[in-house]
Amino acid sequence: MHIQIDEIAKEFGATTALHPVSLSIPSGALVALLGPSGSGKTTLLRLLGGLEFPSSGRVLFNGQDATGLTVQDRRAGFVFQSYALFRHMTVFENIAYGLRARPRATRPTKAEIERRVLKLLDLIQLPHIGARYPSQLSGGQRQRVALARALAIEPRMLLLDEPFGALDAKVRKELRQGLRDIHDETGLTTVFVTHDQDEAMELADLVVVMSMGRIEQIGKPADIRAKPATEFVRTFITA
Amino acid sequence: MSDAALNLHRSAGRPARPFRRPTEEAAPARIVLIAVAVGGLMLLVGAPLVIVFVEALARGWAAAVASLQSRDAMAAIRLTLLITAIAVPMNAVFGIAAAWFITKFDFRGKAFLITLIDLPFSVSPVVAGLCIVLLFGANSAMGAWLVANGFPIVFAVPGIVLATVFVTFPFVARELIPVMIEQGRSEEEAALTLGASGWRVFLTVTLPNIRWALLYGTLLCTARAMGEFGAVAVVSGKIRGQTATMPITIEMFYNEYLSVAAFSMAALLTGFALFTLMLKTVLELRHADQLAATRRH
Repeated sequence: MHIQIDEIAKEFGATTALHPVSLSIPSGALVALLGPSGSGKTTLLRLLGGLEFPSSGRVLFNGQDATGLTVQDRRAGFVFQSYALFRHMTVFENIAYGLRARPRATRPTKAEIERRVLKLLDLIQLPHIGARYPSQLSGGQRQRVALARALAIEPRMLLLDEPFGALDAKVRKELRQGLRDIHDETGLTTVFVTHDQDEAMELADLVVVMSMGRIEQIGKPADIRAKPATEFVRTFITA
Repeated sequence: MSDAALNLHRSAGRPARPFRRPTEEAAPARIVLIAVAVGGLMLLVGAPLVIVFVEALARGWAAAVASLQSRDAMAAIRLTLLITAIAVPMNAVFGIAAAWFITKFDFRGKAFLITLIDLPFSVSPVVAGLCIVLLFGANSAMGAWLVANGFPIVFAVPGIVLATVFVTFPFVARELIPVMIEQGRSEEEAALTLGASGWRVFLTVTLPNIRWALLYGTLLCTARAMGEFGAVAVVSGKIRGQTATMPITIEMFYNEYLSVAAFSMAALLTGFALFTLMLKTVLELRHADQLAATRRH
């Protein structure tokens, strides 16, 4: 799905989290929002997912105005920073949650839900952990379960907030490839937030460098490396 | 350093003392602390508890039971159970609503609201009762109108419910607020992105996550609601057989030197309280694994 962000701004009370920014995300792209903390990257992601509403500006999904669309109607698969798995539910129930929450008319049958959850557990290469609770999983496993839960609703896009932030360096490398594979397999338009420039450069097709609520540069990793648009970008990517 | 040097160093030291963790006290200090704790507990909690039951059964089991079957005693027991059955669910709902409001939204005056929730703890129940009498009594405009329309609040059941709700209001909210702050909003947000409606999120995510705190709060609230004396004494008018709750009836019996009746009812009230505590313990034991699983990841 093609995402168009049109002069979107966000203020929280007196503080401006996001100055008017515009961004076009081609369908099927894997995009990184890269910047230090406080740069507005998470706010932009949450605006896309419908968890915040913009103070001004519009969001278009496939050319249709989606600015007023509720979080439920956006159908964005969202992976939270600390994964936000439902701690009182098993992994199976976590992944099935979105399917069971559908209105009766569109809710799959029990057998169908089970089939889909098992398929997703296969996709994240953890076929045998359905009966476990989140507290019994490692950090990397939790991240993958969160990804499977987000994919279960057959999302129109995938949004990930620092998906590798809570993991140690080795697991992080492995899961980067995992995300790349899942993206290539599903073809979903994917946006992830990171403060790690290596991660952004290695994984993304398109990198959006942000600072102080503004977009500093949009470009392919190689282009940004070769021609940093501003002094900030130059220092940030070489840091 | 070589092994030999290490050994030398060790043997040169003083004879090994039994190992003790740095956070542990030495044996004498430990014994004194435990003795103080156990002694205090026995003196302040254990002894009165025993006395209540001893006095109740001073003239035998049959006399105790008979005293509880008098018309006034039965009326008091029914009234207390009724008040509790109304006040506790009300405070559970109020408590959830208040905790939800405070923890899931940012707004001005939040600290003030939290203080306000604590107010019943700091205000004397008698004062609370007087406020209700002033506000709803027959001398106030509202009270007069209510009495004229056949719905008296003071010296009637609604007043007792109001007083009890006021006094026990903080229990549920105070149990929930820290738990809900600690859990944050992300699980609810996750459920929303998965397409769940607000109500469904509350039922399937929020409520299960707070159920233990809610249970503790409700049980404490129940125990307190059954035992409330001061505020109820003011608003109820202590009409025997009509507005006298169990604690008030106990006082009446005691003042009339009906010690078996007074202590039998006290024993029953204590029994109710012990029952709620037992319920809590049993539930904790039974769901220990779930409890562990639902703690922070």
